[in-house]
Amino acid sequence: MSDSTASASSAVADVHHEHPAYQRHHFESVEQQFDATNFAMWLFLLTEVMFFGGLFTAYLIMRNWYYPAFVEASHQLNIGWGTANTGVLIVSSFTMAMGVWSAEMRKKGMLILFLSLTWILGMAFLGIKSIEYHEKWVKHHVPGFHWSEASFLNPASDVDVHKDYPQDKPLAPDMAVKTEMYFFLYFAMTGMHALHMIIGISILTFMIVRARQGAYTAGHVTYVENFGLYWHFVDIIWIFLFPLLYLISRY
Amino acid sequence: MDHISPVLWQFLEKWLGHFPLFPPEASTVAAQSDALFFFMVLVSLVGLTLVILLLVGFSILYSKSRHPIAVQIEGSTVLEATWTIIPLGLFLIMFVWGALLYFRIYTPPANAMNIYVVGKQWMWKVEHPGGQHEINALHVPTGRPVQLTIISQDVFHSFSIPAFRVKREAIPGRYTTVWFEATTPGTYHLFCTQYCGTNHSQMIGDVVVMTPDDFKKWLAGSTSGDSLAQDGERLFASLSCNACHNTRPDARGPSLANVYNSQLTLSSGETITADDAYLRQAILNPSQHITQGYAPIMPTYQGQISEEGVIALVEYIKNLDSDYRVQQTLNTTDLVPESAGAKAAAGAQSPSTQKEVKP
Amino acid sequence: MSAATIVRLPDQATARIPKMNFLTKENGLLSWLLTGDHKRIATLYLISITFFFFIGGALAGLIRLELLTPQTSLMAADTYNKVFSMHGLIMVFFFLVPSVPATIGNFVIPMMVGAKDLALPKINLLSWYLYIVAGGMMLYTMAVGGVDTGWTFTTPLSTHYLNTHVISAAMCVFVAGFSSILTGLNFIVTIHKMRCPGMTWFRLPLFVWSMYAASLLMVLGTPVLAITLVLVGLERVFHIGVFDPAYGGDPILFQHLFWFYSHPAVYIMILPGMAVISEVVSTFSRKRVFGYTAVAFSSVAIAVFAFFVWAHHMFIMGISNYAALVFSLLTMLVAVPSAIKIYNWAFTLYKGSITFETPMLYAFGFMGLFTIGGLTGVFLGSTGTDIHLTETYFIVAHFHFVMVGGMLMAFLSGIHFWWPKWTGRMYPEKLSQLAALITFIGFNFTFFPQFILGMLGMPRRYAAYPPEFQALNVFSTAGATILGVGYLLPILYLTWSLRYGKIAGDNPWQATGLEWQTQSPPLTENFVEIPIMDHEAYDYEWLERQQQKEVASVG
Repeated sequence: MSDSTASASSAVADVHHEHPAYQRHHFESVEQQFDATNFAMWLFLLTEVMFFGGLFTAYLIMRNWYYPAFVEASHQLNIGWGTANTGVLIVSSFTMAMGVWSAEMRKKGMLILFLSLTWILGMAFLGIKSIEYHEKWVKHHVPGFHWSEASFLNPASDVDVHKDYPQDKPLAPDMAVKTEMYFFLYFAMTGMHALHMIIGISILTFMIVRARQGAYTAGHVTYVENFGLYWHFVDIIWIFLFPLLYLISRY
Repeated sequence: MDHISPVLWQFLEKWLGHFPLFPPEASTVAAQSDALFFFMVLVSLVGLTLVILLLVGFSILYSKSRHPIAVQIEGSTVLEATWTIIPLGLFLIMFVWGALLYFRIYTPPANAMNIYVVGKQWMWKVEHPGGQHEINALHVPTGRPVQLTIISQDVFHSFSIPAFRVKREAIPGRYTTVWFEATTPGTYHLFCTQYCGTNHSQMIGDVVVMTPDDFKKWLAGSTSGDSLAQDGERLFASLSCNACHNTRPDARGPSLANVYNSQLTLSSGETITADDAYLRQAILNPSQHITQGYAPIMPTYQGQISEEGVIALVEYIKNLDSDYRVQQTLNTTDLVPESAGAKAAAGAQSPSTQKEVKP
Repeated sequence: MSAATIVRLPDQATARIPKMNFLTKENGLLSWLLTGDHKRIATLYLISITFFFFIGGALAGLIRLELLTPQTSLMAADTYNKVFSMHGLIMVFFFLVPSVPATIGNFVIPMMVGAKDLALPKINLLSWYLYIVAGGMMLYTMAVGGVDTGWTFTTPLSTHYLNTHVISAAMCVFVAGFSSILTGLNFIVTIHKMRCPGMTWFRLPLFVWSMYAASLLMVLGTPVLAITLVLVGLERVFHIGVFDPAYGGDPILFQHLFWFYSHPAVYIMILPGMAVISEVVSTFSRKRVFGYTAVAFSSVAIAVFAFFVWAHHMFIMGISNYAALVFSLLTMLVAVPSAIKIYNWAFTLYKGSITFETPMLYAFGFMGLFTIGGLTGVFLGSTGTDIHLTETYFIVAHFHFVMVGGMLMAFLSGIHFWWPKWTGRMYPEKLSQLAALITFIGFNFTFFPQFILGMLGMPRRYAAYPPEFQALNVFSTAGATILGVGYLLPILYLTWSLRYGKIAGDNPWQATGLEWQTQSPPLTENFVEIPIMDHEAYDYEWLERQQQKEVASVG
C-alpha cells in the first residue's frame, strides 16, 4: 500500500489537502500550476513565432525579388508615426512589467494604475496605426481598394513624400505594380499584429475589472505574468516589423 | 459453375485475359529508371519478407501456449546497430542511384532538339520550332534527344509520359525543361498529372513516336508555313521591338544578335546567362533585367503577349545570329513611337494584319 | 504458479462496474459539454471523429464507385473533384490528425504520466469546441456545394481559378489547425510538468514519447499552415498575390510553406499510430519493448527530421537539382528511424509469451502494411524514381498504406486495447478478430492494385481514365466494399458491448502502464492518490510481484 501505485485501485476516500482556492484541483501544488501554465504560455508564443515566421519569409523573398519597388513603397510610410508607435509600445511594455511587479507586491492600486496605463498605451498604438492606415486609404495605397500606383510612376506628383526623398526615381511600370505587393504584405503583417493588439487589449479590459475585485493581488499572479509575456511578445513582433517595413534601405 | 453470371463472365473474359501490369519502355531512360525501380522492389521484398518471417516465426515459437513465461530482454546494441546501418546503407545506395537518374532526366544534352509545350486549362499546346502546332499530341522521332521547354499559362499542370518515365511540372510564370530520347515507334499516353481543375482528367493526349523518316514526312505535312522564329520575327516587328533593339548607333536598346546563352552584365552589376527563362523575364518584367549602359525605359509586355507569343519571340531571339535579320524587320515596318508600342501589342494576336516578312 | 500466467479477468458473475467513475460522476448533457475531464473530452472527440470518419469513408466509397468505369458515369468530373477534395480534407484534418492524439492520447496520457488531468483542462475543452466549429463549417461547406481544390489548396488554382467555397474550406482547416495546436501544446506541458513522483523521462511509456514527438510537430508546424491559408484567403478576396505569378507572386513559395506544415503533418498522423503499437506489442508479448531507448529516440529523430524534408514533394516542380539532392538525402535519413521501430517491435516478440487478441492482430496488420507503406515511400524519396511515380496512383497507394494501413490499423488497435479501460467492458473477442481480418484483406485488395496502376502511370485525381486501367480499378473498388464491412463491424459491436460486453476489470491485459493500475472506467481524478513510479516502464516482473503481494494481502 505504502510504496506503490497499486493503492490506486483500492478504495480510499478522496482526501483534500489544504490549498489556496486558486489552485486547480488537478495540480499537486501552486508551483506546479505556475510552472505548467507559464511553460504553456512560452509554447504558445513559439507557435506565434512560427505563425509570423511564414509572413516574414514571404516578405523577405518578395523584397529580394522586387527590391526597388519595396524601397520606394517603404518611403510612403511615415517614419515619425512609426517611431512614435515604437515608443508607445516600449513604454507599454514597461508599464506592463510594472503591473506584474505590482501584482507580485500585492499592491492593488498600483496594479490597476499600470494595467490601465498599458490599456491606454495599447489604444494609443491602435489610434496611431489607424491614422497611418487612413493615410494609405486617402492615397489609394490599400491593395484591392481603389489601388493606384501613381505615386511610384511619378514620384514628383506625391509632393509630401518627394520632398523627403528627392532621390526617388520613377519606377518602370512593371516594377511600379509590385509596390502593391509591398502594401499587401504591409497590411497583412501590421494587420495581423494589430489583431494581436486588439486581443491583448480585450483581455486587459477583463483583467482591469478582475484586478479591481482584487483577483491578482492575493498571491496568485500567474494570469498577470502570462499575459505580460503575451504583451511583451506582441511588442517584440513590432520591434521586428518596424525596421523591416519602415527603416531598412531608407537612404 | 455453369451458372456464372453473364456480366461477370464478360468482365472476366474482357479484362482478366489482357490488362497491362507494366508500362511499355519507350525511351532510353525508361530502362534505367526501371532498373532502379526493380532494385527497390527487390530490397523492399527482402525487407518485407524479413519482417513477416520475424513476426510469423516469433508468433509460432513464442506463443503463450508454447512459451508461457516471457524472458525479459533489455535490447541489443549490436542488433539495433545492424538494423540502423543496413537500411541506411541501402537507402543511401537508392539515394545516389536515384540522384544520378534525376540529373540525367533533368539535364538535357546540348544537341537536343527543342520543342515548346504550353499547358492551359485543359489542353496541351505543342509548338515545334518548324512552326508545327499540335494540341493534346506530341510527335517525336526515335533516336534523337528531344528537349521540352514547358510552361503553363494559368495554373500548375504536369506533363507526364509514363512510357518514357519522364514527367515535369508546368509552372505558371517560369520555364521548366525535361528531355528524353524515344526508342520505340508507337502511340503512348500523355497525361496531366497535377490536379488543375474541373477537366483535369480530360487533359490527356497521345505521344506519337515515329521513325526519323516518318517524322520528317510528318513535319513537312503539318507545317503551317512559317517557322516559330518567323512568327517571332513578325511579332518582333509588330510590337515595335525594333524601334529600340535596332542595331543603330543611337539605339535605345541593346542589340539582340547572339544574345542567347551569352553572359550579360546587368545594371545592378550582376552577371547573368541569357537563357530562355531570362529572355522571357526580360520581355515581361524588363525593369528587373536592365542591361548595363541602358535606361530602364522598356515597357512591360505582361498580359499583352500570350505564352505562345513569348515562345515565338524567344525562339526568334535564340536564332538571331546577326544584326542583318533585325534590319530586315526595319524595312518592313515603319518606326512606331515607343508609346504606341504597347498598343501595337493588341495586334499580336492577329499577325495577318502585319506586312509579310521576306525571309 | 507464476503470477505472469494469472489472467486476472474478474469472476464474471460477481464483478461489477465501479459505481463511481468518470462516466457516472455527473449526469446530463451540460455536465459533458462543460466538462474539464480529459476522459470525457476524449469521449466527445471519439464520437465526433467517428462521425467524420464515416462521412469521409462514404466519400471514399463514392470515389471508388465512380472509378469502376473508365468514363465519368456516376458523377460529373466537377462533382468527382469535389468528392475527392472533401474526402481528403475530412480524412486528413478531421480524422487522421486528431484521431489517436485527441481520443486515445487525451484519454491515457494523463494516466500514463500519473496525473489527475491534462495541465490545461479548459484549453482541452476549447480545442474540442474548435474542432466542432471547424467540423460544422466543413459540413456547411459541403452542404452549399463543396470545394474542389484538393486538400492541398494548390495556388493559383485555389486563389483565382475556382468558383467553389475555397475560403470557407480554408477557414475550416485554419480553425481545425488551432484545435490541433492546443491539443499538442497541452500534451507537451502535461508531459513536462505533470509527471508523478518517480516518473522520469526514461520511465515514460513509449506511447508518451511518440505523442510528445507528434505534439512538437503540431505546435511548430500548424501555425505555418494557418498563416499560409490566411494569405490564400486574402489573395482570393483582394486579388493581390504573393502566390500568383500573374500578380508578381511565386506559386512555389506556396508549395514551400504548405509542405513545411503538411510534410510534418504526415508524421503528426503516423507517430501516434506508432505510439499505440509500442504499447500493444509489449502488452501482448508480456515483454518490455526491445531497445526502449532506441524506440524513444527514433520518435524524436522522426520529429526533428520531419521539418527538413518538405521539398521532397516538389522534386518535379522546378526546385533546383541541388535542392532536390539535399532533400532526397534527408528523406532517406528520416526513413531509418521508422525501420528501427519496425525491427524493434518485431524483436519485442522474441522470447515473449504472445497472445493474439484483436489489438495485437491490428498491430500485426500495422507492422506489415506500414512496412510496405514506408518502403514505397523510399521509391518516392529517391529523386530518379520519383519523377515517374509521383502524382500517380503509386503515391495514392503509398500514403494510404501509411495512413489507412498504418494509422487506421493502429487507431483500431488502440481503441480495442483501451476499450475495457474506457468503458469497463470487453468487446466481443471473436467478432472483432474477424473484423481485423476482414479489414486487412479488404485493405490489401483495395490499395495493392493501386501500386500497379501508379507504375502504369495512371494519374491521381482523375475522374475518367484510359480503359486498359479498368480491371485493376475494379479490383480496388471490390476491395473497398470489403474494407467498408471491416470498418462497419467495430462500430456495431463496440456499441453493443457498451451494454452487453463482459465486465473487464481493472487490468484485463495484464499491462504495466499506470492507466491499468486504476479502476475501469477510471475515477474522474484517475487515481485515488497520486501514484509513485518506482519501476521502469514495461516492468512485467514488477507487475507480478505486485499481484503476489495483493494475493497475499487478500489471502
